[in-house]
Order: sequence, then structure tokens, then C-alpha cells
Amino acid sequence: MTEWEAVIGLETHVELQTNSKMFCGCPVDFGDEPNTAVCPVCLALPGALPVPNREAIEGILSIGDALNCTLTEDSLFYRKNYFYPDLPKNYQISQYTFPLCVDGYLDVDVDGEPTTVGITRVHMEEDTGKSTHVGESGRIHGAEHTLLDFNRAGVPLVEVVTEPDIRSPEQARAYGLELQRIVRTLGVSDARLEEGSMRFDANISVRPVGTEELGTRTEVKNVNSLRSMQRAIAFEITRQIEVLESGGSIHLETRHWDEANGATRSGRTKEESEDYRYFQDPDLLPLHIDDAWRNRVRERRPELPADKRSRYRGLGADERVADLLADAADLGELFESAVAEGADARTAGIWLTGEVVAYLRREETEVGETGLTASSLAGLTEMTAGGDLSATAAKEVLAGVLAGEGDPREVAEARDLLQISDVDAIEAEVAAVLDEHPEALAKLREGDSKPIGFLVGQVMRATGGKADPRMVQDLIRRKTQE
Amino acid sequence: MCLATCYRSNPHTLSAQSTGTITSMPVEIDIERVAHLARIALTDEEMTAYSEQLVHILEHAERVQALPTDEVEPTSHPLPMVNAFRPDEVIPSLDRDDVLAGAPDAEDGYFRVPKILDES
Amino acid sequence: MTDLADLTIAQASAGLREQEFSAVDLLDAVERRAAITEAHLHAYLTLDREGAREAAEAADIALVDGDLRPLLGIPIALKDNMVTKGVETTASSQILAGWKPPYDGTAVRRLREAGAVIVGKTNLDEFAMGSSTENSAYGPTRNPWNTETVPGGSSGGSAAVVAVGSALGAFGSDTGGSIRQPASLTGIVGAKPTYGLVSRYGLIAFASSLDQIGPLARTVPDAAMLLEAVAGWDRMDATSYHGDVPAISRSLNVGVRGVRIGVVTELVGEGIDPQVLAATRATIDRLSEAGADVVEISLPAIEYALSAYYLIAPAECSANLARFEGVRYGLRVDGATTEEMMARTRAEGFGPEVTRRILLGTYALSAGYYDAFYGQAQRVRTLLRNDFATAYGQVDVLVSPTSPTTAFEIGAKTGDPLTMYLTDICTIATNLAGDPAISVPVGLDDGGLPIGFQIMAPALGEEVMFRVAAEVERLVDFTARPRLATSKVVAP
Repeated sequence: MTEWEAVIGLETHVELQTNSKMFCGCPVDFGDEPNTAVCPVCLALPGALPVPNREAIEGILSIGDALNCTLTEDSLFYRKNYFYPDLPKNYQISQYTFPLCVDGYLDVDVDGEPTTVGITRVHMEEDTGKSTHVGESGRIHGAEHTLLDFNRAGVPLVEVVTEPDIRSPEQARAYGLELQRIVRTLGVSDARLEEGSMRFDANISVRPVGTEELGTRTEVKNVNSLRSMQRAIAFEITRQIEVLESGGSIHLETRHWDEANGATRSGRTKEESEDYRYFQDPDLLPLHIDDAWRNRVRERRPELPADKRSRYRGLGADERVADLLADAADLGELFESAVAEGADARTAGIWLTGEVVAYLRREETEVGETGLTASSLAGLTEMTAGGDLSATAAKEVLAGVLAGEGDPREVAEARDLLQISDVDAIEAEVAAVLDEHPEALAKLREGDSKPIGFLVGQVMRATGGKADPRMVQDLIRRKTQE
Repeated sequence: MCLATCYRSNPHTLSAQSTGTITSMPVEIDIERVAHLARIALTDEEMTAYSEQLVHILEHAERVQALPTDEVEPTSHPLPMVNAFRPDEVIPSLDRDDVLAGAPDAEDGYFRVPKILDES
Repeated sequence: MTDLADLTIAQASAGLREQEFSAVDLLDAVERRAAITEAHLHAYLTLDREGAREAAEAADIALVDGDLRPLLGIPIALKDNMVTKGVETTASSQILAGWKPPYDGTAVRRLREAGAVIVGKTNLDEFAMGSSTENSAYGPTRNPWNTETVPGGSSGGSAAVVAVGSALGAFGSDTGGSIRQPASLTGIVGAKPTYGLVSRYGLIAFASSLDQIGPLARTVPDAAMLLEAVAGWDRMDATSYHGDVPAISRSLNVGVRGVRIGVVTELVGEGIDPQVLAATRATIDRLSEAGADVVEISLPAIEYALSAYYLIAPAECSANLARFEGVRYGLRVDGATTEEMMARTRAEGFGPEVTRRILLGTYALSAGYYDAFYGQAQRVRTLLRNDFATAYGQVDVLVSPTSPTTAFEIGAKTGDPLTMYLTDICTIATNLAGDPAISVPVGLDDGGLPIGFQIMAPALGEEVMFRVAAEVERLVDFTARPRLATSKVVAP
């Protein structure tokens, strides 16, 4: 039986959150009212001309830089010609040869297995308007007419194209997640799939393991979450293998992911290949990205997620915890500040990603809205390490601190959770308990260690749980040997 | 005869355009395909007439191929300038009433068009 | 007394400042002239009487305040591919019938700011595609020198109104000769500036890398004044020139002593009408007598310019005109689907020449033909630029006839597109190179039709170009006016 291998390449569109559109001064952040953020340029009125937004160029360069691309010195805008009612000019300003960024890569990790995904190109283009299909079905099929809103038309759009280096749905998801983290870290986009500010198209083919030749691919569109991308790719791989194993063949086509049915359905076949008649846009000058500009982009590069993760690990956070902290900007910042104030990184990380996250979720709040500060977090880990608090008590104190009851010591005192560190006081309790249970003491002396747990429990009860159980156990053993 | 109904559109496909080959003449024009790409509904008679005229013009235009241009860079802009940008500033958009005043059909603030052919 | 409609802009401007007459008087005069000539010419598509009157009244108030802006109160006309807020703008196409733009183009805005009075919008070949103004969806414009002939094109309407005085000056657009050739055929001055000198924002695009707005006027100083009012960098046009505007008017009276003039060998031989050639030679001789150094210069690649042009311009237009499909503005022809609606709208809305060029450009750009046609044409363009660069290493300006013939009869060339295209052979090369060029009237042929003389200069060489043009104007002293420009003519 043939063993199959999937070959996947991803095309990702990211809307840049600049103030104004790619080629005109209309706002990118528009409300719900249709056709209110439009002008002669983005509506393609006769005579209007595009002028590129410098900030958008900066944005794409920062993405290319973060994806280890070569930033092209001389780059060009092209016209990509096709008729569609949501495309006002009926050509899209895009890039073709000489895109702004080429030949990069992104390292992703699935369950400890690292993979490098090649980035073919990152190029600049403009978004289309939005169509609403009106009719009983609400879908394009069966619609009676269509309403067009051009508010989104001309929003800066970056397309990131990978090499066909991805081999599994999990890798695809990991790539998507890491790319999302990167653009968010760069601050160029909120990269929300459900709102369409980040969109994935997947090119998928399968081939027998060990062969080089690529199989016929299909392109899967319409995934609006990373999870549905993973599901869609998994479905498509299985579908293709089934078709091939039953003697059929794969057609070059676009397939749409149907979330409700958990399946891809056939779109348009690509037999009649598209002819976009690309040519250099004569309305736009060539882009020249000189060394100074490239250096500036590199200097402005913020700490990327992968670097942050490894730094957090270096500080002492567990691997998984470091990943989570690097993803959550506010928790990560709190973590860093707490460690700087002397917190035990491992414990602080575990609490932040455990109790604190649970609290925030439960209370539907942000960490900045709680009573937890870097110094209180550091104080709490110190109190625990110093034996002032038991692990259980520490969590209770943390809850109190989060709820704004005060700093850890105040909470611990108010809730009477501080451990008794006075050895004499505990010794007295131990002696009292042993006096009450001579039979247990006798068994211990005969070498039967069973009663020790019972005895420790009695002492803890007597001290209201504030004794350190390990210390209690030591004291009992010492008494036994007397 | 190719009227509008045989047109399909798809904004989001992948195929790249070949720029590599120099096609040798005689000029042959698939006028139906060209009219389809240009979204102009032509009658059979019009297609025949335009096809003949285009061949005639292109045979003249073919003269450009006689020039040796192996080492020549194409000129796409008359002036050798680069990097014209605008600052990332919002300027007021048009008033929607003005926007829709010239629309052939509008509804609830939207431009309205007939149904769009399904991709499938 | 001189009819105010026969004044040059310089004379009218002086008269307004001296308060010999008002801007409203001036407007009345050109509107009266239009009332007589329009029945013969059909040069205007729209007369904005209300807007013009308001502008003239505003100018009169400013004049009383001592406002010295040179174009204040001057009645001018605009080619109807220049977008004017609230005033119907059609580019002579059915597909834009009735379209009232919500914005002004940059040149239009600058003219308004200069206080000019915009009389109306003039006829053109649909979307500026043509050389005779016969390709207008609203009917042809006729040449005021002989109404059986064409005024040239595509800015034929703007040329005709200036020639007869139904505006004192006008603007057109020049993609392959569309200002200079009609100026030549109607006996006036027309200039195509350096690409990028005048913003294209608000010029309905034909071929973006070639289009350029420019002035049409009765005299060289008038043309210079009009150009200076609209020239200069514009943030709305990425291709506009970001530098100092050449000081055009300053050197108009300097003369040509020591100016090196190259006669383009390829444009003074075969294919040029003998009378046109004779007038060209005579003008060159006079320039030489006036102290210019005249040499002959060959531009070998110019033979390929027309072919390259008829690949590049249609290719660009095929994309530029894709926006006209019945969705957002203009004509819509119904269809069961949007695809059908678009294709029917475009079939109905575009005339034959526009359709032909869109098809040609679509084909030239399509896969498999790109390199052979469009790519190769762009390389020819480089060769041509190299030829010009070499020539301008030796001379300051190049000269030639503007048009190979004088005005031809209406209908004479409409049957064969190639024959019509050939009327642009003298003008096209400068568009491909991005250089400026100007046409100045230098005489009449046996049939009483004007002959134009072309002066070309390197990019941003407007100063020397206008200087030579002004000298030609002085030397030739062309004072003839079309019969229609005299007030003896009455409406038929």
C-alpha cells in the first residue's frame, strides 16, 4: 500500500493597520456604514491616481525583515488585470517581478520537531471592497443581486507566500500561528482571521513518500480560523489520497472550506488558466529601498516571538510556560518585571500561566486591572521559597492579591496563612500530640512507620495548618529516637 | 458567439504569466478570448471585423521586433524618478450622497449590481 | 473697435487690469462668439454658463481690489477629459454620458485658484483616442478654417475654440500629439510639456506613461502663461515632477542667437506634404538667419516610434478603461448577471476606436505575447530615448513639421485606422521619450489651411523651447485668422 506525503504551501494576506489606505487618504479604520470611507482614488473615479502610503511600505519591510527576507533594492508595482465588481479599477495594484521582500524563512516547531518554512516572497497590494449577496440563500449561489461596499477597497494588504515546505496540517497551523504572532509583535496588524484582517489560502497536493515530483494541487480558500485551516488541510489531504487510491485523479481547482459540513467543496476549475496581463503600473514610480532604509528597518525590529520565548526560558521559565508568556504581552511584561525584582522565574511563570490566567478568565478582566504587581509577585515567590507560606497557602494569597486585598504579607496575615516558623512552638505541639497517642509512638519506635502520616496530620490540625509539614515530620522522627 | 454569459471571473487564482517567449508571427488572434478578457460583448460580425483590423495593425507593429534589443532595458517611466510617497494621513472622504449620486443603481448606501456568477 | 473675443490673453489681462472692460464683458464676448461659431464647429460639449458667470463676477471684484494674478478673469476652455466638479465630464464617450464628477482635477483646481473663468468643456476623440475629433460619441468638431475638414485631434475642440475666439485659451491633453497636431491644423500654438510637469490627477487616463496636460493658445506667451498656471508638483500624482518648474516666460524675448537647432532628418523627407516641408524649411532658414546654429540630426529609432506607440498606448488604455463597467458611475446596460451587464455596458458604451484599442492592448499584454509586443515596445522606447539623448548632446532643440499634412477632409481617414495613426508620426516620439514639444503656426498652404512647426526639447527644457517658439512667432508673424473668427459671420 502506498504511503502518502502531503506538500503544502500557504499564501497569507495580512491587512496593515495604517491610518490611511494604501493609495489614498481614506481611513483604514472605518465604521459599519457602507461607502463612507471612499474617495475618487479608492472608488476608481475617472482621472483619479494612486499615491503609495509610505507607512505601509515600512510595514511590509518590517514583515519581510522579521521573516528573514532579502529586502529588494529596486521594487516595482504592477497591475493585475481582472474584472470583478468588488475591484473598482478592475485591476489590482500588486507586485509581480521584483517584490519588496524575497527569499526568507520562518522556523516553526510542532511537538518539539523543528521545521524551516521557506518564504518565497512578501509583496504589497491593495484590498478589494466587500460584496453582500442578497437572496434566500445568503450565498453567492442563488443570490438575486449583490450590494457593494467599497470601504475596504484600497486597504493595504501584504501577501506572504511560502515555499511548498509544509508537510502536515499541524505544521501549517504552527506556521500560521507564528506568522500571526510576528505581525502582532511588529504592531502592523491585529491579524484576526475571523475578521478577515489575516487570511490564508492553502495549496495542497499529495505524492507517494520518496518521490520528488509534485502532485496536482488544489487551492483551499475560505478558512476563517487557524483551527479551520488545520481541519481544511487535513480534510483535503485525506480527500486527495482517497481519490488517488480509488484510481481517480486530482484536478487543478479552487476548493472552498465549508465549516458547517467540515468539508471542502469544488469551486472553479482552473483549466482555462487565468491571464492577468500583468504590467508595470505607469501611475507609480519604482521603489528604491536603499541601505539606509534597510538598516533603519533592521534597527527598529522589535524582539520577535521566538527570541522572546528563548529569553524567557533563559530566565528560568519552563518551556511551555515561556511560550505562553511570550504570547500574552501583558503577562510576559509582568513576568519580566517580577523576575527583575527578584522573583523566582519558574514559580512566577507557573502562577502567571496557571492561577492568574484562570482568575482573569473567570473574572473577565485584564491583569492590569488586578492588584497583582511585579513586586507583589516577586514578594510572593520569596515568601514561598523562604518557608513563610505553604504551596497551598501561596495560591490562596495570590487569589487575595489579585482581588486587591493588599500585598502578599498583608493578605497572608489577614487570612492567617503564615507558617509557624517558631520551632519551639511546634515542638510543644508535637510533644502534646505524642502524649495523647502513646500507641502510635510505640509502633514508630518498633520500626513501623505507618502512623507518621496520622501524627503529622494531628499536629497540622492542632496548628491550624500553619506548621511546615516537613518540619513536623522531622520533629516527630527526632522524638521517636529519644 | 461569445456573449457575456460565457464570461467567468475569478479574482484570486494563482497562475503566473509567462514573459519568456517571443512569439513568432504570422499574427493570430483568438478574438473571442480577447473580447472575453476585455469584457466587451461583441457580435460575430464585430469579432470578424475587429480581428481583421487588429491583425493589420499588429503586422505593422511587428516592425518593433526587427530591432535588436537584447541588451536594452525597457523604459516604463519617461522620467527616471523613484519613491513618490504620501504620508500616512487621513484626509476627508467623499460624502456618500455624492458618491451614490452618479451610481447606476444603489440601495441602502450600497452600490447595487445584478447577481454575480457563481464560481462553481 | 476690436471684438474682445479676438484679444490674446496678454492683451485681455492688461485690459482687465486697466479696467478698460470687465471680466463679465470678456465672458460675454466669447459667449457671443461661441453662439455664432458653435453651429458651424461643434467644438464645445458643455457650456457652463452659470459657473463661468460666477467666476467672472468674482474676478471683477478681485480686479477692483487690485488682484494681479495673470489669468484672473480670462475665459478659457477645458478638454472634456479633464474632471470638473459638478460640471458634466464625458471624455466624449457614451459610457460617461451625464457624469457630474464630485471632484476637480489638480490642473482644474489650479486654474480656478488662478481666477480663470472656465467657459466650458470641449469635444475630443473619445477618451482622447484619435487624431481628428471624429471619434466623439457626440459628433465631430469641424475645422474653423474650412468646415469640411477636421480640426485634428484628439484635442480638436480645444484647438477650434481658441482658433475662433470662443475662448482665449484652452487646455488639452497630449498622448501622441493630441495638443500639437490640432494646434497645427487650426493655426494656433499648442504645447506638450515634459511628462510630469503638469499633474495628471483628474485627467481621465488614456495612456498613463504618455498623457500630459498642456495649453493651447493664440500666441507663444499666452501658452507660456497658461502652462505656468498649472505646472508644478502635485501630491496627488506620484509621477509628477518634484522639482522647480522651468522659468518659461522669463526668456521669451531672448532670441535664438547661438541656440543650436537640430533638424530631424527622418521627419523632413518622405511622407511629408511638399507644402508643409517648404514651410518648415523656410522657417528653419529664418531661424538660421536670426543667429541659430542649424544642423541635421538623425534619430534612427524614430522609425519604430509609431509601432511602439501603438502597442504601449493600447496596452495601458486596456487597463485604464477597465473601470468603466456600469457598477459605480456612468452608463449601465442591464444584464441577467453582473458579468453580462459589464460586457453589454462596455459594448454599448465604447465607440469603435476605443473598442479596437482596448482589444489591441488586451491582446498585446496577454500571456505569450507580452514580450513580443509590450516588452519589446518598451525596449524600443529606451532606444528612442538614447537617440534623443545623443541628439541633445549636440543641439539644444530639435525641429520638424508638427503634422505631415494640413487638415484633411472629414471622413477621409476614418475607414482605415492605420492611415489615421500615421498622422501622428512627427509628434509621437516625444511622448515616448517624455520630452516637451510645441507647435507654432508658420503659414498657410494653397488651400488656406494652416501649417505648424514643431520644436522639441529635452526633458524640462521648456525654457529654451518656448524661447525658440517665441522667436519663430516673431520671425514668421503669422496673423491670419479663420474666416469664422470674424464677427461678420452669423449663425446659419
